[in-house]
Amino acid sequence: MSSIEANGKTYETDEEGYLADLNTWDKDVAAVMAKIDDCDLTENHWEVINFLREYYEEYQIAPAVRVLTKAIGKKLGKDKGNSKYLYELFPYGPAKQACKYAGLPKPTGCV
Amino acid sequence: MSKTKKMMYINRKAPYGTIYAWESLEVVLIGAAFEQDVSLAFMDDGVYQLTKGQDTSGIGMKNFSPTYAALGDFEVNKIYVDKESLEERGLTLDDLQHLVWEDEDEDWAEKDSIHLVSRAELSDVLADQDVLFNF
Repeated sequence: MSSIEANGKTYETDEEGYLADLNTWDKDVAAVMAKIDDCDLTENHWEVINFLREYYEEYQIAPAVRVLTKAIGKKLGKDKGNSKYLYELFPYGPAKQACKYAGLPKPTGCV
Repeated sequence: MSKTKKMMYINRKAPYGTIYAWESLEVVLIGAAFEQDVSLAFMDDGVYQLTKGQDTSGIGMKNFSPTYAALGDFEVNKIYVDKESLEERGLTLDDLQHLVWEDEDEDWAEKDSIHLVSRAELSDVLADQDVLFNF
């Protein structure tokens, strides 16, 4: 078990850096995770992260990238619901990277 | 390029006594990423997987029943439920979750994913598949 520190608190993660327990998630740990990847979280990032947390809350799974793209398009508009926009925000892969910052497990089917 | 295959996942077991139901659902979600023609069948005790109001707090397992509602997002929208299996267990369609998918081409109109079929109709659907997975 690995861990990361944010704001004086310790968060347990798996070996790939995903949170061990999604209930321990908060905005501080998301920001620290992003910093490790050299990524500054903007409002646009938060939109996607918050969307993922709501999606998980409702369906108990993280969406595949294709599903995420479509759902974002529906919720936030076509200009955001495309892989170019999402990959610019999350260059390591929108589902994978954004799910990590959102404290979710790695999406089903992601290797 | 290989051509699209018709793949059917058959679910026959109650949701929590074994790992089959959850494994099946995970395989379906993974498989849906490969743009195959996916459909699901629920028969025998498998019909219990779709029931509303599941509560697993007493058995310490994750309640994965909300995940079935995500199938529509994954473009899995052909879900066949065996009518006789429901009747044998004193269940009706009203005891099951209302699963829908949204048709992007029709301004996201919601359409029913569940098709109630007789055993004879279901066997015709099965005969039409390229690949069957039994869970």
